[in-house]
Amino acid sequence: MTAEDLHKLLVSEFGESKITGSNFTAKDPWIEIAATAIVDVARFLKHDERTQFDHLNDLTGVDYFEPDAKKAAKFNHQPHVEVVYHLTSYALRHRITIKVKVPRWKDEATKTIPEVPSVTSIWAIADWHERECYDLVGVNFTDHPNLRRILCPEDWEGHPLRKDYDMPLEYHGVRGK
Amino acid sequence: MSLTLEDPRVIEFDVRTDEMLVNMGPQHPSTHGVLRLLLRTDGEIIHEITPHIGYLHRCAEKIGENLATPQWVPYTDRMDYLAGMNMNLGMALAVEKLIGLEVPEKAMTIRVLVAELGRIASHLVGMGAYGLDLGTFSPFLYAFREREIILDLFEELCGARLTYSYFTIGGATHDLPDIIPIPPGLAALTKRNKNMKLTWLEAVEMFLNWLEPRIQEYHTLLTRNQIFIKRTAGLGILTKELAISHGCTGPVLRGSGVDFDLRRDGEPIYTRYYTGYDFDVISAPFEDAPREAVLGDNWCRFFVRMMEVVQAIKLVRQAMAKYPKSQGTYRVPYKMSAKLPVDEAYLETECPRGAMGFYIVGNDKAEPYRARAKSSCFCNLSVTAPLCEGFLLADIPAIVGSLDVVMGEIDR
Repeated sequence: MTAEDLHKLLVSEFGESKITGSNFTAKDPWIEIAATAIVDVARFLKHDERTQFDHLNDLTGVDYFEPDAKKAAKFNHQPHVEVVYHLTSYALRHRITIKVKVPRWKDEATKTIPEVPSVTSIWAIADWHERECYDLVGVNFTDHPNLRRILCPEDWEGHPLRKDYDMPLEYHGVRGK
Repeated sequence: MSLTLEDPRVIEFDVRTDEMLVNMGPQHPSTHGVLRLLLRTDGEIIHEITPHIGYLHRCAEKIGENLATPQWVPYTDRMDYLAGMNMNLGMALAVEKLIGLEVPEKAMTIRVLVAELGRIASHLVGMGAYGLDLGTFSPFLYAFREREIILDLFEELCGARLTYSYFTIGGATHDLPDIIPIPPGLAALTKRNKNMKLTWLEAVEMFLNWLEPRIQEYHTLLTRNQIFIKRTAGLGILTKELAISHGCTGPVLRGSGVDFDLRRDGEPIYTRYYTGYDFDVISAPFEDAPREAVLGDNWCRFFVRMMEVVQAIKLVRQAMAKYPKSQGTYRVPYKMSAKLPVDEAYLETECPRGAMGFYIVGNDKAEPYRARAKSSCFCNLSVTAPLCEGFLLADIPAIVGSLDVVMGEIDR
C-alpha cells in the first residue's frame, strides 16, 4: 500500500483532526499523527488486514531547535520535538514512517519534558526504544511500564540529544569539558 | 510449645531457600563484552532477569551531529567492531539514499565482495565465541585461524584490521589491490612459499577454496556434537510472534522461522546490489536438524549463521567473477563540504547480526541534523528476559550467546 492510500485510509478511519499532516515527496514518505491518537492509530496499523505493520523497525526522537539566538531567525523549522516511528509489514512487505510532533517542553518554565503515549502494548520492542528516546531526547512516554534511563547512568541529568544540552562540567569527580 | 521432628513446620523451615539477587557481568566473560544481567534466582532457577546496558555508551549519535557524514564513517565501525565493513556500508548507503547518489557498478561489486567477506569473518567469531560460551575451546581457535586470513586480506585492502572505514559515501576509499604478498596464515595453511606474490583476488580465491571444505569439519566439531546439541537444542525457544514483536532481525529472526532477509526483501537501493546474484535466504526449520531441535531454539539460530557462511562464500565467488567485467570506478567523488538536503532517510541493511538501520536527517549543512543508528543487537538482546526466565543459571550463556550480541553496537 502506498503512503497516499494509507493516508486516505487513516483519515477515513480516524478523521482529519487526528491525522494532522503528511509528506509524500520525502525520501521516506511520512504521515503525522496527533500525540493523543498515536496508540489507537498504532493498534489499527498493526492489526488491520490492509496494513499489518507487525514490525517496528525503529523509534526515535529528533529535537528541532536552534540554541544560537543569532542563527535562530534563519532556522527553517519551528522549534519542536518529533517522535519518529518506522514501520514494516512482513506479510505485505510495505513500509511507512509515522511522526508525532510535540512542543519541546510541556512546561517551558520548569523544563518539564513533553508527553507522548507509549506504544509498548502494541510492539514489545517499543519498551527499550522509548526508554532510549526518553534518556537521550527527553520525551516522557506516558503509560510506559518502566520508563528509566537505559544508556546513560540513572543519575545523569539532562537529555544529551537535545540541541540546547550542555555537557556537564563534572560527573562523580570525572572532568567533563 | 516445642517443635518435634514430626511437625511439618520444622522440615519446611529446614529446607527454606531465599531468593537471591545475582549480578552476572559486566565483566563476565560469557556476556560478550560489558553486559550486566541482574538475576533473581531461586537456587539454580532464574525467576527474573534484567539486562543493564550502557557501559560502552559513547553517544555516537551526538558525535554524528557534529561531523560531516564521511567523517562519521569511522565511528560506525567502532559500533559493531566485528563487522566493521557491513556497518560502513549501511551508513554510506543511508547517506546515498538521502542525497540520491548513484554508485558505479564496480563500486557495487566491491561492496558486495568485501561485505560478504566481512560477514564470513563475523560469523566465524560468532561460532567460535559461542563454542567458548559452552565450554569448548577448540572451535574458537579454528575460527580465529580462518578469520586471521580475512583480516590479513582486509589489511592489504585498506590498511586496517578491525576498524576499516573502507566504504565511504560514493563507493570505497580504494580499489582492490593488485599484487600482494601472500598472507602468512594462508601460506602456512596451504603450504605455499611465504615469499609468494599473487593478486588480491587470487588470494581470496585460495582462501575460499581452503575454507569451504572446513565448514563440514565445524559441523562435525560443533553442530552435530552431542554435547553441543544437548546444551542448545530445545533451549531458549523464541517463537515467531515474540521475535517479531521484539523487533528481532537477522539470524535470530530467521532462526524463528521468518523468511526475511534485507538483501532480498529490503529497499531497492540495497537489494539492487544483490540482483543478479544467486544465493539462498537461510531460515528455520531445517530438514537435517537433530531430533531435539525445536523451531526458534539456540541450535536453529546457530545453524542459520553457519549456513549463511556457505551462502556468503557463494556470493563472494560470484562477485569475484563479476569484478573484472564491472564498469566504472570504485568511487564517485563526494565533497566533505557538500550540503545535505532538507530531508531525511532511513535505511536498513543486512549486517551479520541483523538489520542495522541508519536514520539521517539533513538540514542544508554538511553535518547531519540528526544521525541515528538503530542497533540490531539492541532489539535482539531485548528478548533475553522472556527467553531466560524459568531456565537454569547455566543456560544463560547458551541463550545470550546464541543471540550473538556485540555490546559496542548496543551501547553506541
